[in-house]
Amino acid sequence: MSGRLKLILMGLIGLNALLIAWVFLIAPRMEADVLQQLGKGEYELSMTNGAVFTQASLSGAPSAVFFGFTHCPDVCPTTLGDVLGWQEDIGEDNPLQVFFVTVDPERDTLDILTDYVGWVPGVKGVTGSPEEIQKAISAFKIFAQKVPTEDGYTMDHFASVLLFDENGSFVEAISYGTGHDEAVGKVRNLMGLESTS
Amino acid sequence: MSNLKFKDVLKFGRTAALTGALVASLGVSAIAEGMKHSAQAGDIMIEGAFSRATLPNQPVAGAFMMLKNMGDEADTLIAGESPIAGRIEIHEMAMSGDVMKMRELENGLEIPAGETVELKPGGYHVMFFDLTQSLDEGDMIEVTLEFEKGGKVTVPVKVGARDADGMKHNH
Repeated sequence: MSGRLKLILMGLIGLNALLIAWVFLIAPRMEADVLQQLGKGEYELSMTNGAVFTQASLSGAPSAVFFGFTHCPDVCPTTLGDVLGWQEDIGEDNPLQVFFVTVDPERDTLDILTDYVGWVPGVKGVTGSPEEIQKAISAFKIFAQKVPTEDGYTMDHFASVLLFDENGSFVEAISYGTGHDEAVGKVRNLMGLESTS
Repeated sequence: MSNLKFKDVLKFGRTAALTGALVASLGVSAIAEGMKHSAQAGDIMIEGAFSRATLPNQPVAGAFMMLKNMGDEADTLIAGESPIAGRIEIHEMAMSGDVMKMRELENGLEIPAGETVELKPGGYHVMFFDLTQSLDEGDMIEVTLEFEKGGKVTVPVKVGARDADGMKHNH
């Protein structure tokens, strides 16, 4: 009886040790690996400034990437407005480089995106063939899905802004609805700027 | 006599203070907006309708408002039309974690008896597709809403700033 109890107890302790190892050592490393891979992929898209958008576009300077579409009633205009607020806050001489990648390449051509994002300093629109957009969606591991409506379709999509450092490595995300101060704090931190508040 | 007057003054003062607090807490601008732009269809009062200025090439827009059901029966917003939109759908937007989801309410939006349903950014909205013009801050546009019981009514919609949220007009 007591021998069996001891065995069960030891088993539990062993399981517990495994669980601790998983939670504190293995899982974070796996997650870190996944996050390190964010944005890495074979996609090749076009930008509204005439350049090509690939994973290399994320290197060289800190950047922000967000996915949206112009038939978007709320989240995308709001996020672009937020980005304008960040740029005004950090100073327009040295704007954060921002990539607005459409999840709706069938409707969002370069021409349409040029004006759509052109009013916000530092923002480049990104589009391309549906296949290449799909590759980018996979590379950034974001969710985007076409949803049929009565007369067409709309898009469900991941609505956070992803921040990358100058090496093209993912740093953190700014969720939709994050307040201005918190968001600017993250952007300043990313760009190595002093916080003003 | 003078005692009674004093009491009356006190009472008046208290009422005035209470009313003031109430008005302040509701937001003066919201009330003013609501009174300026209201319409009625059957038992449904429509107040404070607004939209947001569109971005260049933005082919869609949302209209937001308060729908108050003053009656004893539920009514349902089933359709809309506007001279500036190819078509209109009644939508619900919701965040599911970090994912934005938008759905057409195929059975319309029910306004339960005696209740108010708010159409606001990030939630229910009247969605304009195939805009025939850009919406600029300060514009007034019109939308004709159709309720199952209350029938059709044309509502003036004020176009606010890109980030207007109806209650706070100081942006």
